Amino acid sequence: MPGWRPPSYWPFVLPALIVVLAVIIFPWAYTIWMSLHEWKVGSLPTFVGLANYIRLPSDARFVESVWHTLVYTALSVALPLLLGTLAAVVFHAKFPMRGFLRGLFILPMMATPVAIALVWTMMFHPQLGILNYLLSLIGLPPQLWVFHPATVIPSLVLVETWQWTPLVMLIVLGGLAAIPAEPYESAMIDGATRWQIFRYISLPLIMPFLIIASMIRMIDAVKSFDIIFAITQGGPGSASETINLYLYSVAFVYYDVGYASAIVVVFFALIVALAAALLRLRQKTHWNDAGGVA
Amino acid sequence: MAHFGPTRRSLLQGTLAASALSLTGFPAHAEPQWKKYAGTKLEVILAKGPRGDNLQKNIKEFTDLTGIQVESEQIPEQQQRQKAVIEFTSGKPSFDVVHLSYHVQKRQFEKAGWLADLSGFLKDPNLTAPDLVESDFSAAGLQYAKNDKGQMHSLPWSVDYFILYYNKELFQKKGVAVPKTFDEMVTAAETLTDPKEGTFGFVGRGLRNANMTLWTNFFLNYGGEFLDAKGNILTDGPEAIEATKMYQRLLTKVAPPGVAGFNWMESMASFTQGRSAMWIDGVGWAPPLEDPAASRIVGKVGYTMVPAGPKGQYSATYGDGLGIAQTSKNKEAAYLLCQWAVSKAQGARLLQAGGGVPFRNSILNDAEVRKGVKMPQEWLQSVIDSAKISKLGLPVIIPVAEFRDLVGAGVTATLSGADPATELKKAHEQFRPILERSEKA
Repeated sequence: MPGWRPPSYWPFVLPALIVVLAVIIFPWAYTIWMSLHEWKVGSLPTFVGLANYIRLPSDARFVESVWHTLVYTALSVALPLLLGTLAAVVFHAKFPMRGFLRGLFILPMMATPVAIALVWTMMFHPQLGILNYLLSLIGLPPQLWVFHPATVIPSLVLVETWQWTPLVMLIVLGGLAAIPAEPYESAMIDGATRWQIFRYISLPLIMPFLIIASMIRMIDAVKSFDIIFAITQGGPGSASETINLYLYSVAFVYYDVGYASAIVVVFFALIVALAAALLRLRQKTHWNDAGGVA
Repeated sequence: MAHFGPTRRSLLQGTLAASALSLTGFPAHAEPQWKKYAGTKLEVILAKGPRGDNLQKNIKEFTDLTGIQVESEQIPEQQQRQKAVIEFTSGKPSFDVVHLSYHVQKRQFEKAGWLADLSGFLKDPNLTAPDLVESDFSAAGLQYAKNDKGQMHSLPWSVDYFILYYNKELFQKKGVAVPKTFDEMVTAAETLTDPKEGTFGFVGRGLRNANMTLWTNFFLNYGGEFLDAKGNILTDGPEAIEATKMYQRLLTKVAPPGVAGFNWMESMASFTQGRSAMWIDGVGWAPPLEDPAASRIVGKVGYTMVPAGPKGQYSATYGDGLGIAQTSKNKEAAYLLCQWAVSKAQGARLLQAGGGVPFRNSILNDAEVRKGVKMPQEWLQSVIDSAKISKLGLPVIIPVAEFRDLVGAGVTATLSGADPATELKKAHEQFRPILERSEKA
């Protein structure tokens, strides 16, 4: 273009551009390049085109792991969201020792996942664990928790829920604190019940916060690794093997980096799709027109 | 941990005495030139555990003896394996000495040519103490350390035999004798199982992958061989099916609920709390079983060999060794370190603390060393007996992890009622192509 000169701000953009290229763009391009090769660590890569991707749908373990990831994510988003909102409503009300109890409530969030995972492993132990003892106190039969294929995912979600409900609580509590008092006052004058107040005033107004919380939870849950790896290593059998765990095995246990890269690319696409869906939802529920949604 | 082992002075005296007496039947040599490589700096990458601890704790003795500085790091086993492979692949590993897990890495390391050949060093009197001779290592150790050309690519460090742990109190209560065969073990386990009391006859690894180290004890004792002469895998043959049936029977009929998800940790918990009467696992668990802070059955544990199957009696054996990176510029100094790590003094300490079992017969057979063992003598006896019936516990192939995952998942599936033959067939249909590809690569 004649007369075109680089914009005066470009020297300021350059460092950021270099960093983004080096730590985001390059690794991605390289991963995609690797995914097009048959490449075992220790041998040379050979170009195979899309063969690694074509292999995915017929790999029963991969398909199963996608399903596990979706179930695990759905439950790990829904439960903390439900309980966290409930907790936020409770902690929003004024009562003695509220600050102290709030602090107590968020303790699980501060724990190291691997350390608490090991504690939970022993709590789940069918013979010696405290959970079965507690069940026996109320007359319920012992459960197998993470030691049976049918109950392993719900049990792992229990740990996830225990640890991450406080995070949702904090986010929603922020939302509740920001709501002005007037709508509540007029609702009370109109004789609304507590449930009506929550359903028609609080819930619509905290909706943007709930969506943020879901998004954070979703991204966290979909890539969850530490808790599952430390408690079950994907077992029994492969009943709790999520994409991330399978990916770890393929890349770092079988050293099949080509195939692992193909899994990463598909996994990334899945995360982007889920996040995009949530972002769309968020755009629809802006604070200002929240009333309209309700 | 208490200081059990000999001091540096006694190590030196012992080595000198050994040379003078020429205990190994070889003519006495002069001591190696320990100080020749003084000032060298070595990097060592270790798997986390008692072997690594034992090396790091006493490393000053090695530095005093040789003047060689050693930088070592301990990394949890699985991550250490990954790190080693990734560094080797890069062509410039950051370490000189690597702690390798034979049952997982032997074939992979050999095929890639990552380790230096130590055969020449072993024969060099300037480098090797006279008591360190090939014949002192147990057969399993040599099988692990040598390649098919007979070259030594590592020094065998510590061996892990599978043994039978049993709860003497529960056995006495029910008047059950210690089983010598699988059939006796099943009968005993049935008698000892009392779900109302919450006690079960048998416990062991059911979790996919981990379970294969237990399963192979059954496989070997049913006469199984992992590979035929052409390198084809045989773990879905009749022996494997019978072994899986036995494994399935024990783990579903007389084992605690949920055992399909048990690794060694959950199995040990059940056993140490007196809730399971028998447990087959690696020999290294004696210290926690005999630790009053961790166990309710201190002093009540019996130790014996894995019972015999219809086709023999074998103990599935695993092990680790120390190798030197082919790219290392300090191979001689690194070799001195490896030699010191597997020396009599260091091996004795390891054995005496129950932290591992040296591959060297001269350590196991030494009455003085035996006297210092802190674990029950019965444990030591089970180690010595198992050494005589030891057989490699996993096939020597590159895709060991895939083998353990795929076949292990099939074996775990039988605990939910699946048919052993069908599951093994299914697993091998997936595994065979992987094995073939790895050998061709």
